[in-house]
Amino acid sequence: MELFVFICASVMVLGGALGVVLRSNPVHAALSLVLTLFGIAVMFVSQHAEFLAAVQVVVYAGAIVVLFLFVIMLLGVDRAENLETEPLGIQRPLAIVLGFGFVALLVTTILQGRDSLNMRGDGINVASDGDHDANIRQIARSIFSNYVVAFEVTSVLLIVAVVGTVVLARKRKSDKDLTGVTA
Amino acid sequence: MIALTHSLLGIDPLFDGGLLWTPLLIVVLKVLVVFVIGLVATMLMVWFERKAIAGMQNRIGPNKAGPFGLLQTLADGIKLFFKEDLLPERSDKLVFRLAPYLSFVPAFLAFAIIPLGGDYRNGNGGLVTWFGHQTRVQLADPPIGVLFALAISSIAVYGIMLAGWSSGSKYPLLGSVRASAQMVSYEAALGLSLAAVILVTGTLSTSGIVGSQSSLGSWNIVATGVIPFAIFMISATAELNRPPFDLVEAEQELVGGFNTEYSSIRFSLFFLAEFMNTITMSAVIVTLFFGGPQPISIGNTTLDIPLVNNSLEGSIWLIAKVLVFLYIYIWFRASLPRFRYDQLMDLGWKFLIPASLGWFMLLAAQRLADNENWDQLIVMPLSIAVILVCFIFMQLAFRASAKNRESEGASF
Repeated sequence: MELFVFICASVMVLGGALGVVLRSNPVHAALSLVLTLFGIAVMFVSQHAEFLAAVQVVVYAGAIVVLFLFVIMLLGVDRAENLETEPLGIQRPLAIVLGFGFVALLVTTILQGRDSLNMRGDGINVASDGDHDANIRQIARSIFSNYVVAFEVTSVLLIVAVVGTVVLARKRKSDKDLTGVTA
Repeated sequence: MIALTHSLLGIDPLFDGGLLWTPLLIVVLKVLVVFVIGLVATMLMVWFERKAIAGMQNRIGPNKAGPFGLLQTLADGIKLFFKEDLLPERSDKLVFRLAPYLSFVPAFLAFAIIPLGGDYRNGNGGLVTWFGHQTRVQLADPPIGVLFALAISSIAVYGIMLAGWSSGSKYPLLGSVRASAQMVSYEAALGLSLAAVILVTGTLSTSGIVGSQSSLGSWNIVATGVIPFAIFMISATAELNRPPFDLVEAEQELVGGFNTEYSSIRFSLFFLAEFMNTITMSAVIVTLFFGGPQPISIGNTTLDIPLVNNSLEGSIWLIAKVLVFLYIYIWFRASLPRFRYDQLMDLGWKFLIPASLGWFMLLAAQRLADNENWDQLIVMPLSIAVILVCFIFMQLAFRASAKNRESEGASF
């Protein structure tokens, strides 16, 4: 049963990923991305990480890809692209090299960490045993105690990004005007 | 195996003996019943809305098909099925066909986690026994509980967004851009007021949330202080794209909104999804804030319906409470004028989100003080003072940005 779920989810993930790369229409590509994200959510559920699955759907499928689509629609780039022409000449060979590099990195990581993978994730089993909310409680405890600094730094980073975007997007008539306003 | 069903369907004692035929049949039966209830309820809701609005506007409303015009929706539905199905030439064929289902399916999915009945009195936990198996009167009770409803409502954006885009025409596109911006912004306020409920009850599971609201005083509307309920209600209305937030289909500005190009069965799927969502959202509100299938009880006295057994009584209470909210939605539609788009965004971002965040902080402070045995009389005024200072800063920021905008001109 677990294998069956895994195979179905993998087909979703891989199919979606191929769709993102191969579809020439940006909106179709974004929808394929949603498929991939759903597949990952299914895998989270089958590994008892229900909270992660929910967050995956709410944040990635529900907010981020919606924003992608939003930008695609507003900018009007939703026509099918002609894949023959290449705006940046070096892009394609570089992508191939980087892709192989990434695969090599993943393979070495998996080979190196095979022993710990064989332990079959004790943490998750502990989390889902017993009561209903153990899962979320465990995540909350590790985020807000062990990794609280990393968590807070990430949120500060996000705020900096938002402020930066606002500053960049603001239209200024002239610098003289601006100093008059902000002073 | 059992663990997997547990993680998919939640801690339902139905599967304690492994996956057998009877529990499987019970699940299939539940799915069927929930689906049929959804369809029939939607049909009745459309009739109810038309009749109630007609009453408020001194009209008669549907009165020809069936007793009191009850079958009018069925007649309209049959008519829609037999109309010509148009596929606009400039549309994106695949997405155009897909979009109605993307809005129809989530509308039904969200209904799966609502406790539809059962006996929650005296800490019973809503368990009923069917064919010798203990189970709950709800399709699924996943560990993520109410987060599932949130996830589903964020998926529902896709239906409307893609419908507008794939139509290949300007008005639907404008409607869908409006809709997605509106739904994404109000989801934040929705989630934050939901967090207040989760904080107070300490569980995500819907049956757990219902179970904790055993008397009128512990209903979450009282336990969280009315503010999260008010915010949830307003943002739910915006999330549903119902009046006064129905800018998605503002006829005067957008012809018909995101579904202008749709006809026949595809249009009826959107229509169905919209009303189904209204019912689901009312049920979610009742579950979160008004005790779901719990009877009204003050202290030790419970308002009991005579001659009906306790688990059936739960369903009756749920239907009664949901009906109140459906009526309120209709009332909104009949009495409130539509918001302007900038008013909508101001209300969402500048009022509802800060207010829900502030209230959530207040509740958290109160809870922390409770746990650590701090003096509430010191903690509460202090937290209110902090929130007030934040409020003043925010107002100053709004004023500064308004001034900037005046001197710089609009940025788009």
